[in-house]
Amino acid sequence: MSPTIHVHGMHCAYPNTPVLRDLTFSVEPGDVFVIIGPNGTGKTTLLKVLAGLLPPSRGEILLSGHPLERIKQRQLSRQLAYVAQTIADDCPFTVRELVLMGRAPYLGVLGIEGQADIAIASQAIEFTGLSHLATRPVSHLSGGERQRAQIARAICQQPDLILLDEPTAALDLAHQVRVMELLVSLSRTQDTTVVMVSHDINLAAMYADRILLLVEGRIAACGPPRAVIDERVLCPAYGCRLRVDTSPWGAWPRVNLVKSR
Amino acid sequence: MTRHSGSLPMKIALVCAVLLLFLLGAILAGISMGSSGSALKTVWSSLFQDGGDAMQSAIIWRIRLPRVLLAALVGAALSLGGLVFQALLKNPLAEPYILGISGGAAIGAIIGILLGLSRIPGVGITAFLGSLATLLLILIISSGRAILVKDALLLSGVMINAFCTAVIMFLLSITQDARLHKIIFWLMGDLSASQIRHVGMLAAVLLPCFAVIFLYSNRMNLLQVGSDLAASMGVPVRRVTLVLLVTTSLMVSATVSQCGLIGFVGLVIPHLLRLIVGPDHRVLAPGCILGGGAYMVVCDLLARVLPAQGEMPGGVITAMIGAPLFIILLRRSKR
Repeated sequence: MSPTIHVHGMHCAYPNTPVLRDLTFSVEPGDVFVIIGPNGTGKTTLLKVLAGLLPPSRGEILLSGHPLERIKQRQLSRQLAYVAQTIADDCPFTVRELVLMGRAPYLGVLGIEGQADIAIASQAIEFTGLSHLATRPVSHLSGGERQRAQIARAICQQPDLILLDEPTAALDLAHQVRVMELLVSLSRTQDTTVVMVSHDINLAAMYADRILLLVEGRIAACGPPRAVIDERVLCPAYGCRLRVDTSPWGAWPRVNLVKSR
Repeated sequence: MTRHSGSLPMKIALVCAVLLLFLLGAILAGISMGSSGSALKTVWSSLFQDGGDAMQSAIIWRIRLPRVLLAALVGAALSLGGLVFQALLKNPLAEPYILGISGGAAIGAIIGILLGLSRIPGVGITAFLGSLATLLLILIISSGRAILVKDALLLSGVMINAFCTAVIMFLLSITQDARLHKIIFWLMGDLSASQIRHVGMLAAVLLPCFAVIFLYSNRMNLLQVGSDLAASMGVPVRRVTLVLLVTTSLMVSATVSQCGLIGFVGLVIPHLLRLIVGPDHRVLAPGCILGGGAYMVVCDLLARVLPAQGEMPGGVITAMIGAPLFIILLRRSKR
């Protein structure tokens, strides 16, 4: 089985500023794959390139064995879903309307959903625990609920791969765990591959199958949490003092910040 | 007409049926009332019975009916134009007149008139070029980083409008002949000088535009949520945006070249409809066509019957209703 994503020698540059340099890595089907790294290091750019929203300037990206640039946009939107960091504050649509939009890649020219589409949307809403909010406008929801509504919309696209940009960034602790467990259960029960950008290394350590550490547009480390969450890897990458030990609550590594003075 | 009941086709059909009744009622009122004051009964008899006053029936068929149909088309086009701009620019206050698109079309139209071109297609083409030029200007301004703020887009629209007004005044001041009065009256949104032939030609331009926008209405929903999201859901964002903007400019310029500057229709109707039927463009687009048509017919009717003597341009009424609403919406969006 070919990997869900295979990136080989990929570069990406905005005019005059290289962002991603010579990336080579693979994401296996059904994995939860977390991209971490310091601010401004190209994580969001990488995610957008993988989503087909930005063209790479060089190199090769294969999605389930097929070159990304040759996949038609509509076909691509059935294969992968993209969840942006935030959704517009004034989004006037209800949760149900937003989630139903995930069916767009499957609809005819008028974009009218059938009974089957509505059933799929209802399932996605239920799966994300939003049934009681289905008729509320998205703009009335809290940050955590909005994030779940976006994930429900992505699920509704029935993709093999979901790409998420910092889905836990604006959430409190309970909602961080809730969103992460939602994504993990998606990968375990539906075999959906989850690729996400995160700033929270401990959350990544708890839930990721593999972690990619991006520093200044290059891969500094890529592998299972134990291999990447390591003082010798993270200290130079982030340029700060930290200690890594094992969480007393499970078999995953834990990062502890150390005061600089 | 709540937002969540029933299926989408049912909802579209229901909204259209209700608004179609409004439109037909407005059209009937429009052809039966006027400064020469013929009643509904006369319309009835001239419609369905042979007899009746030949003079009255000439007024109804040759003067009022073309005018009412023109008003319906113009109202539909301007409402739909407002809807498209609000969705694409993600700004609830965007509207062809406020953004200066109408002003640009007016400059083009006046140049066409001064060059002695025929109304159709000559003036129509120069108006289209004028509206495309202002559209380009707006897109260039709003694509810069400094102007991502909503107010900045509106302010630049106001400035484009002011500039267009200055150019129009300049063109008028160098026009010394009899065309001057005609141009001024036309500028203020004049629906009076309409022949059924002109209405037919306008319809031939506008109806395909309506169809294109309706076909793109679900994609407007996705675009309103965000262009990256729309792209990731299979919408070819650049192409859709371009098609919608050019189609809208074509509609607006066809309207302007026919009956001058009529403002704020594209603000009033989409907002009113959103309050009642919700934000789905698949419902709003046909709603704007029928509701905007009805609204403009009523505004034009008021412009004809309110003054004790003569008539006033329809644009006066739409501005008197629309401008206060704009301020209310502006205050609400600030909160």
